[in-house]
Amino acid sequence: MARSTTTKRKILTTGLAWAVGLLIFFPILWTVLTSFKTEAQAINDPPLFLFFDWTLENYAVVQERSDYMRFLWNSVIIAGGSTLLGIIVAVPAAWSMAFVPSRRTKDILLWMLSTKMLPAVGVLYPISLIFVEFNLLDTRIGLIMVLMLINLPIIVWMLYTYFKEIPGEILEAARMDGATLKEEILYVLTPMAIPGIASTILLNFILAWNEAFWTLNLTAASAAPLTAFIASYSSPEGLFFAKLSAASTMAIAPILILGWFSQKQLVRGLTFGAVK
Amino acid sequence: MATQHSRSAARLMLTPAVVLLLGWMLVPLTLTLFFSFKKYLPMRGDSLDRGLDWVGFANYTRFLSSSSFWPSVQTTLIMVGGVLLITVVLGVLLALLLDQPIWGQGVVRILVIAPFFVMPTVSALVWKNMLMDPVNGILAHLWRFFGAEPVSWLSDASLSSIILIVSWQWLPFATLILLTAVQSLDSEQLEAAEMDGAPVLKRFWHIVLPHLSRAITIVILIQTIFLLSIFAEIFVTTGGAFGTRTLTYLIFQRVIDSQNIGLGSAGGVYAIILANIVAIFLMRIVGKNLDA
Amino acid sequence: MGQIQLSKVSKRFGDVEVIPPLDLEIEDGEFVVFVGPSGCGKSTLLRLIAGLEDVSGGQVIIDGEDATAIPPAKRRLAMVFQSYALYPHMSVRKNIAFPLRMAKMDKAEIDRRVNGAAEVLNLADYLDRRPGQLSGGQRQRVAIGRAIVREPAAFLFDEPLSNLDAALRVGMRMEISELHKKLETTMIYVTHDQVEAMTMADKIVVLQAGVIEQVGSPLELYRTPRNTFVAGFIGSPKMNLMTGPEAAKHDAHTVGIRPEHVAISDEAGDWEGVVGVSEHLGSDTFFHVKCDAFPDPLTVRAGGDLELSYGAKVFLTPDPAHLHRFDEQGLRLG
Repeated sequence: MARSTTTKRKILTTGLAWAVGLLIFFPILWTVLTSFKTEAQAINDPPLFLFFDWTLENYAVVQERSDYMRFLWNSVIIAGGSTLLGIIVAVPAAWSMAFVPSRRTKDILLWMLSTKMLPAVGVLYPISLIFVEFNLLDTRIGLIMVLMLINLPIIVWMLYTYFKEIPGEILEAARMDGATLKEEILYVLTPMAIPGIASTILLNFILAWNEAFWTLNLTAASAAPLTAFIASYSSPEGLFFAKLSAASTMAIAPILILGWFSQKQLVRGLTFGAVK
Repeated sequence: MATQHSRSAARLMLTPAVVLLLGWMLVPLTLTLFFSFKKYLPMRGDSLDRGLDWVGFANYTRFLSSSSFWPSVQTTLIMVGGVLLITVVLGVLLALLLDQPIWGQGVVRILVIAPFFVMPTVSALVWKNMLMDPVNGILAHLWRFFGAEPVSWLSDASLSSIILIVSWQWLPFATLILLTAVQSLDSEQLEAAEMDGAPVLKRFWHIVLPHLSRAITIVILIQTIFLLSIFAEIFVTTGGAFGTRTLTYLIFQRVIDSQNIGLGSAGGVYAIILANIVAIFLMRIVGKNLDA
Repeated sequence: MGQIQLSKVSKRFGDVEVIPPLDLEIEDGEFVVFVGPSGCGKSTLLRLIAGLEDVSGGQVIIDGEDATAIPPAKRRLAMVFQSYALYPHMSVRKNIAFPLRMAKMDKAEIDRRVNGAAEVLNLADYLDRRPGQLSGGQRQRVAIGRAIVREPAAFLFDEPLSNLDAALRVGMRMEISELHKKLETTMIYVTHDQVEAMTMADKIVVLQAGVIEQVGSPLELYRTPRNTFVAGFIGSPKMNLMTGPEAAKHDAHTVGIRPEHVAISDEAGDWEGVVGVSEHLGSDTFFHVKCDAFPDPLTVRAGGDLELSYGAKVFLTPDPAHLHRFDEQGLRLG
């Protein structure tokens, strides 16, 4: 609903929007700035904004103390693996519901979404038991499976809304042209749905990356991702603001950068196709 | 478009997802139900191998009569409700603002979205220490600057503080969805209303807000799903102290801290029932909205 | 070969019977048009023939072979969809080659056929473009190209021209007719536009509510409509249908007279009336005349030179040789 307006009004709205934007962004900005300070400067009164001795020391300390790279690698494997696995299970399911809808399709979709509402704590102990039984505790494969399952409803739902936008006639044309079901999905549906699949992958990668219940409760050391890395900084040990900031920056930087580069796809993904 | 052949293919392809989710739902649920009727304190020597004592509904009545139960339900509802209220109201306003002509719109949008990408543990830690610390936090500096006594946010105003932190995380999501909806509003509709002499507020109330209702429903649904299971923010900041113990957190404490599996499981069943009540309520709304 | 026979074919969606059992025979090489108002079941019928929907009863027989249980891909039929259903992520060349690739044809043969089709359809210059870069008419031709390379037993067209503007539609109509003459392959064409039906068909099948109202050549339908529905549906402008005393005079419940079979005069005639709206097309002029004898105005076709002002008094005379008579059920008499 963009409408033509006067320059005066544009100055006003621009000022207001930037003020609000910076206010919302401030906690992140402040964290990143603090990560380049010394511990003493980090708690200086009054707070220092730009004029301090920029240093990378905190990053070195954090890497040395907690082996950042190992956590990062775990995060990448777990988030990536669970998303990929989820897509493989969800594409056929979404195809079914989008193109061969039955009377139960809507119920199945809603049921799937409702499984997301199951409170995780309610089933934490049984899941831990199962994990112990199958030697999955503190393994990446265990977490990959759990995160795949908790995000599966969202993946199915998103793909479903994207597939719905593809005219059924095109798939029928493929069928008339002699394509088998596999060829139809592989050569026609998937290439057409690439933008939708990309935003689904992206959003779920972020959700898995930031998931902080199962990753905290089912890992100890070897499979712990960045959520656990940062949780280890939650107990204060004297002067530590700068190091905490460095660790925080390191934990969120990869996803922040990924998110910014792909924000267009994300916006579409976030709305679940439900809002045009 | 449905022939017998494509219908059976569809059923086949839907099966893996359904079976996985069904298993993911039923297996732990059954175990939780099983434990909830048992006395199970692993620290005191109870173990599955030796068999557990059947205690009937004892765990249920104990959990319900515990002094922490109702406060935790109340805390949960206040927290979810508070975050929903803040994010929806601010989200609508922010969406309307971002829809205006702005220099550097892309950059502003990036700034506004950013909190969504921050993992809950990080945002909780950053808020707890960098912003809300009563001595060195930015807010303390700000309070002192205006001559006020700094607030111990996470002990004196703990629940509000957590609501603030969680709202900060979810505001981008609400804003983005609402912005997309605002942008899809037909400008001719607004112009027609303007021609009909409707003032700005009336236009907002009668045209913009109804247009956003579907998007608001989506925001509420999705956020509720995630908010009901808020964990890391509490775990990192207050550890459930100072009246921030939600139902989720209470159960967590029973299972992990006090190692009372039976009691925790009974609590889990309550939480599942609560979630289902909310779910049925929400699904009704969404189901209706899906058809439109 | 492309001989198609429907035997007691019916279709139900749940409890709703959209097509009661019907029989139809389509000869090899025929151009058959299914025409009817929207919702009459014509597209459903086409999809039953294509195999995109299962029949609820009866048989679809293609070239003497029962094809009822054969999947669409194996029926040797090609379809052109209303939305063209081009694959947006493939070039024109790949779109046209797709069915051949699916048939695992060798590459040289695919190239030969694609180039041949492009030649026939004037698409040679566009082979490397994506469908999104083409005009509506070009997309239409790509869809046809994709159908003809397969050398199918029959072509199925589902309202293929409804997304084109009026001028293009006339051109494409000619092209499809031309193609039919050249290929001599069976074509089944669905449309709601009776002009398309009249101009293209060898045989028209008029459908209403899933029931075949009449099957025949365009002129048969025009000259001897079997009932009032066909009478009103075929021909433009519509036939004037009248009940009451005037019909009784001809021993019928309803009589019909086409606008082109009514003479208009300002001096004398059978029915007296007043000129309402007149539509000047240049070559012809259509007058809507309100007669005292009938509740509805009559449409009359006159030469383009005749000018009558609004409200002028006129006299109409129907040509008795072209008067159609129908009984209470709307069926043709005599």
